[in-house]
Amino acid sequence: MPGPGLKDATAIVGIGQTPFARRLPEDERTLACRAVLAALDDAGMAPGEVDALASYTMEETDEVELAKALGLGDLTFFSKAGYGGGGSCATVAHLATAIAAGQATVGVAWRSRKRGSGPRPWTGATAQLPTPAQWTRPFGLLRPVDEIAVLARRYMHEYGATRDHLFNVALACRNRANQNPAAIMYDRPLTREMYMTSRWISEPLCLYDNCLETDGALACVVVSRERARDCRHRPVLVHAAAQGLPAQHHGMVNYWNDDPLSGPSWAAARHLWKHADLTPADVDVAQIYDAFTPLVPLSLEGYGFCGRGEGGAFTEGGALETGGRLPLNTAGGGLSEAYVHGFNLITEGVRQLRGTSTAQVPGAAACLVTAGECVPTSALLLTN
Amino acid sequence: MLEPVTDADGAPFWQYAAQGELRVQACADCGEVRFPPRPCCPHCRSFASEWRAASGRGRIWSWAVPHPPLLPDYAEQAPYNVVVVELADHPRIRLVGNVVSEVGARLDSVPPQRLGIGARVTAVFDASGRPQWVLERP
Repeated sequence: MPGPGLKDATAIVGIGQTPFARRLPEDERTLACRAVLAALDDAGMAPGEVDALASYTMEETDEVELAKALGLGDLTFFSKAGYGGGGSCATVAHLATAIAAGQATVGVAWRSRKRGSGPRPWTGATAQLPTPAQWTRPFGLLRPVDEIAVLARRYMHEYGATRDHLFNVALACRNRANQNPAAIMYDRPLTREMYMTSRWISEPLCLYDNCLETDGALACVVVSRERARDCRHRPVLVHAAAQGLPAQHHGMVNYWNDDPLSGPSWAAARHLWKHADLTPADVDVAQIYDAFTPLVPLSLEGYGFCGRGEGGAFTEGGALETGGRLPLNTAGGGLSEAYVHGFNLITEGVRQLRGTSTAQVPGAAACLVTAGECVPTSALLLTN
Repeated sequence: MLEPVTDADGAPFWQYAAQGELRVQACADCGEVRFPPRPCCPHCRSFASEWRAASGRGRIWSWAVPHPPLLPDYAEQAPYNVVVVELADHPRIRLVGNVVSEVGARLDSVPPQRLGIGARVTAVFDASGRPQWVLERP
């Protein structure tokens, strides 16, 4: 017999972040400490109350360093989620699971990354993994953008999606960033002409199809729904959470199964909606992982906002803008606010449900937050 | 140029390629082909496998054209094509590679506008045993 599950059992009660920039002077560990302290302060909780931590496998600051620097209490749960930006929502999901199961009471999830001033991961040829890199790297498929460009061209070929559809994604993110003083692209509007004449990075993807390269750190605090009543802000409930690694999936080089364009978001979505009281039609605002613009139409299909192959057309007519069918990435997302492996999408989801976004959707009551599509992924359905 | 960093499962592919043969891993019990190579058949869970000869003919399933910044050996040839080729005799097996004008030619030896999804290509093997692809109708 199934247990009570995760539904509404826990809440995000604190969020914190450092400034975002191409280059920040402090190191990743210091930035992690600042973001976690900011999140705890936002929640009105003391560091000594923390007994659980969760982050990404790619996070360089480990639990020992963070706990001893911040004077955290005895930790009884600590976890790391894999697959780069696919792990963002999983950090919160792991904490929610642990707290709902009684393994911990106060959890902190965080991500600190100097991707702006640090090295580009793909330049580390020695870090080449034999599977699947032996099948791709020697032929010059070197960077994540190249791997996604191959899927994007196939997607455009099969379904008639166009560069204008990808521009719609980039534009919606940029327009919201232009409203958000914390966003790196706050004062830099984007036009269609800029997009269509920008340099290629990996055809068919251009500069503006790619996320930013950012230094920054973020964190959030997760507690039980009951504990959340004592916190400083209105709790944002984790209504449902899911991870997704579909059968015969191959990561960003998902070229080797029957249906390469049906990615991990489909698997995560099946679990998410099965455990939710809501449907995609009930979602007021979405924070969709946007390391590259094509991930958005693929995710819109996977999470059920439109049918298979309709993700490009869904972006038409201002659908992703304020007042549209599904306002998207309302702080600017990875494309225009900051790229910190998608953690800024979680914190913006919380702000929307608190009513404090710089691009507030009036009366927002349900927000979908997703992690990276095209890698083993995760998602949160947040409510208030 | 990056050399393939092989593993135990993938090594036979490269050994056959060095002999100018394109072969794919197949289950020795149920006969299903699989790529990338792996220790166990996901259909019947057999650990017995064999390497089955492929015709070397296929069609372009998709492609990208990387532009710098890239690793130096690749930046020097950029923009170049990277294709994913679906094998004619094993339609679910798709190999990443490059379409070149002739065996051993540079990655940028075929203009990208000559490529199209569905275009027929044939495998050739350069001096290092790396598979490349040439257009059947250049």
